[in-house]
Amino acid sequence: MVQPLPYLKETASQTAGPYVHIGLAPGAAGFDIYRRELGWEIAGPDVPGERIRIEGLVYDGTGAPVKDILLEAWQADANGIYPHPEDPRHGEVAPGFRGWGRIITDFDSGLWSFETIKPGPVPGRNKRIMAPHINLWLVSRGINIGLNTRMYFEDEDNAADPVLNLVEQESRRQTLIARRTAPGTYRFDIRLQGEGETVFMDV
Amino acid sequence: MKPAEFYQRDRLWQPPALTPNYKTSVGRSPRLAMLSLQSSMSEITGPTFGHSDIDPIDNDLIKNYAQSGDPIGERIIVHGRVLDENGRPVPNTLVEIWQANAGGRYRHRKDSYLAPIDPNFGGCGRTLTDENGYYFFRTIKPGAYPWRNWVNSWRPAHIHVSVFGTAFVQRLITQMYFEGDPLIAKCPIIATIPDPHAIEQLIAPLDTNAAIPLDCLAYKFDIVLRGRRSTLFENRLEGN
Ligand SMILES: [Fe+3]
Repeated sequence: MVQPLPYLKETASQTAGPYVHIGLAPGAAGFDIYRRELGWEIAGPDVPGERIRIEGLVYDGTGAPVKDILLEAWQADANGIYPHPEDPRHGEVAPGFRGWGRIITDFDSGLWSFETIKPGPVPGRNKRIMAPHINLWLVSRGINIGLNTRMYFEDEDNAADPVLNLVEQESRRQTLIARRTAPGTYRFDIRLQGEGETVFMDV
Repeated sequence: MKPAEFYQRDRLWQPPALTPNYKTSVGRSPRLAMLSLQSSMSEITGPTFGHSDIDPIDNDLIKNYAQSGDPIGERIIVHGRVLDENGRPVPNTLVEIWQANAGGRYRHRKDSYLAPIDPNFGGCGRTLTDENGYYFFRTIKPGAYPWRNWVNSWRPAHIHVSVFGTAFVQRLITQMYFEGDPLIAKCPIIATIPDPHAIEQLIAPLDTNAAIPLDCLAYKFDIVLRGRRSTLFENRLEGN
């Protein structure tokens, strides 16, 4: 035998289930309980940057919309700064910028949308620059452990992004890029499985 | 603190995406390999929360939705610590819970189980861990409920738990079960977890030391989030 290592094991994940809204968005579950629900404002009204709206659907393996999905978004401000103490520039983050949001669907159609500001490029590893992107995390019934992915913008220069370039097939890279459908509006559909399956990340 | 990488998630310990006995996973599980990413600024940061975000009553599910009296059911305390894999407490992190009432019914517009809604029970709570990573809820023990997987599938009594940590890659949702529940061994959702030790870690023991005499029982539930290295991630080789 050898000495045991001192580490604990990460708690195992379990599905968020069909009633995740009770815990994370009780208003959507149908009742009002908290003074203020969390995650409804990624960027306050005074935060500088281009105001954008992103909408989309999450599809399952049969091509049907996942109507009970819940997403969380995490992004930097227009200068590429995260409101977090480990970002070396966090002291300069735009006041009123939260960076984090919760996104729920319309239960009938599965369509989701949210408003924010467009993030700036963010410093990556080894002094490389990551193109503007929003980090996403998806949970729902049938998803055993939250799925991480990223959303990039088709009207930004994504050619040198170190993460997109890790995706071998060009066609799969496209699953991470939101289409501009109107000024200030983007469409980002996510496919959990099957043709056009979105690239998910083990982060 | 300097930017440092998180330990890789142990994918042999965590449930895989495709678990056919939990039927809904079949159509909602990615089939292509995930892209493994080393930590960057986007991964080691994450949302932060403070006491202005929540109210003190939010962690008391016996009182936070009470209209005409207390909810029906067994009064319990659920408490414990949020730690990382290095055994260090995770302070000031948001813990959110949700659950069915004592009859196994959720206050959700999509739940149509025949057990009644309890007019005095909302079924959700939230709190921040203290400087030692400690958290505390007061609630009602949830009931088991049937669900459509096999024709006679029942969920063991459970509380859903959502935790943040300090980084977006520590984000975790899980479920807490209760010691001694015979439905645990029959549950296809619990069986999505391959390692029996990982399942044991989700079962909260009865904690009579924390019970309040003549008032309520207690269960202890510690939560472990991913830990991280102590070294920086600058000037390392990259995969392309
Ligand atoms: Fe449940």
